[in-house]
Amino acid sequence: MSFVSYLINGISLGSVYALIALGYTMVYGIAKMLNFAHGDVIMIGAYTVFVTVTNLGLPPAAGILLAIVVCTVLGVVIERVAYKPLRMASPLAVLITAIGVSYLLQNVALLIFGANTKSFTSVVGVPALKLAGGQLSISGETIVTILTCIVIMIALTAFIHKTKAGQAMLAVSEDKGAAQLMGINVNGTIALTFAIGSALAAVAGVLLCSAYPSLTPYTGSMPGIKAFVAAVFGGIGSIPGAFIGGLLLGVIENLSKAYISSEMADAIVFGVLIVVLLVRPTGLLGKKMSEKV
Amino acid sequence: MAMLEIENLEVYYGVIRALKGISFQVDEGDIVALIGANGAGKTTTLHAITGLIPASGGTIRFDGRDITKVPGYRTVAMGMAHVPEGRRVFSQLSVLENLRLGAYTRKDKAEVETTLGKIYERFPRLEERKNQLAGTLSGGEQQMLAMGRALMSHPRLIVMDEPSMGLSPIYVNEIFDIIQEINKGGTTVLLVEQNAKKALSIADKAYVLETGNIVLSGDAKELMNNDQVKKAYLSE
Repeated sequence: MSFVSYLINGISLGSVYALIALGYTMVYGIAKMLNFAHGDVIMIGAYTVFVTVTNLGLPPAAGILLAIVVCTVLGVVIERVAYKPLRMASPLAVLITAIGVSYLLQNVALLIFGANTKSFTSVVGVPALKLAGGQLSISGETIVTILTCIVIMIALTAFIHKTKAGQAMLAVSEDKGAAQLMGINVNGTIALTFAIGSALAAVAGVLLCSAYPSLTPYTGSMPGIKAFVAAVFGGIGSIPGAFIGGLLLGVIENLSKAYISSEMADAIVFGVLIVVLLVRPTGLLGKKMSEKV
Repeated sequence: MAMLEIENLEVYYGVIRALKGISFQVDEGDIVALIGANGAGKTTTLHAITGLIPASGGTIRFDGRDITKVPGYRTVAMGMAHVPEGRRVFSQLSVLENLRLGAYTRKDKAEVETTLGKIYERFPRLEERKNQLAGTLSGGEQQMLAMGRALMSHPRLIVMDEPSMGLSPIYVNEIFDIIQEINKGGTTVLLVEQNAKKALSIADKAYVLETGNIVLSGDAKELMNNDQVKKAYLSE
């Protein structure tokens, strides 16, 4: 029974990684850049809920909604101020800027909230589910996290394939010039991608901190990097890839913690990435790289 | 009446002056050919017109309206479509999705469906392959898709960049027939071509570009008999 429990917890953690990885992979697909500040947007989302729900006593739903709004605006502003001026610059300049934005967000949070760990109150009101005569207990947070991830994944897939804006995103990610010739506002589409990615980060932040309730300015950093690994693992640029990569990573991490060593879990996670990249450089569902001549 | 008026258009790539202040016009209903050697500035001219690259100087007027500073994506809704060099279809999307993206700026769904039907009539191959990924089409089919996609916006002016490039001779003839049909349907055409002979044979007017300047212009049939043109572009 304990194996099933570890597996389910792994899927839950993996769902959070998947939500974060979606932001990484969508932004990479469309802007061809790695937004290393993405993990810190999660932390801002979590602090927003902390301040509004724990400190101000607002209902959790209002807090979550505010977190989504704050993160969406933040994501769009980051893109507009930090990345858009570098659209024609070298990828290295954009990468360094992204790391800079990441430090900026962490330090602003440090200034406002201090370095002390805040204990986050779970926003999930769902009771734990007892199965197999009480031998298997699945926490409410776990259930909500997994369900949220599934719903978001379905909604996002429908959005991309069934709406004009979604098709525009696919067009821009393949060929910005040709997309513009269709009458698509390329800058607007890139901003929309950052908005969606950041909104998902807010949701991920709330779910993450509900399951692991300690909040510091560096809370987003490690999950951010793991989600990046998940995105690469699944094939960066691929939305189903981010989903599968995230889930697998969460499961591998949790099972390693349970059966091998909790200190070694992260090393195993990154080790798996190295092996996958050696065998399949484009990731599990990554497209074959084809350079245009 | 001039639908498109270009005046002293200049484009720089860094410090390189790719277009040195060219002026020409495209009259409504015409096929106008822009011919010239590689690097003469033909593609640059088209890119400046539809806003893929900014003009450094001069003015571009469409229907009498100055569009020099208008963001490129807005020119589609104004009635301009651009079939780019190398086709640039969205290879990861289906033929139908490509065509629908061509109608991105159009609001009326029923009208879009009517246009789609007309395009399938003109290019039956596209209907047969509508669910296939565009990247799996042959070069000629991709060119037809690129044209169909441009026509989906229901343009009044269509600019085409090297539509016959890299195609087998059978397709080349077909493409030129299609260009004439599109024109007869009421769409004005600005055509850039390496295949000067073919281009001049279907065009009403033509301009010859040489290293960023227009060196010759006039009636297409007359230019075909011009000794200079014959020697440099028709290899006679």
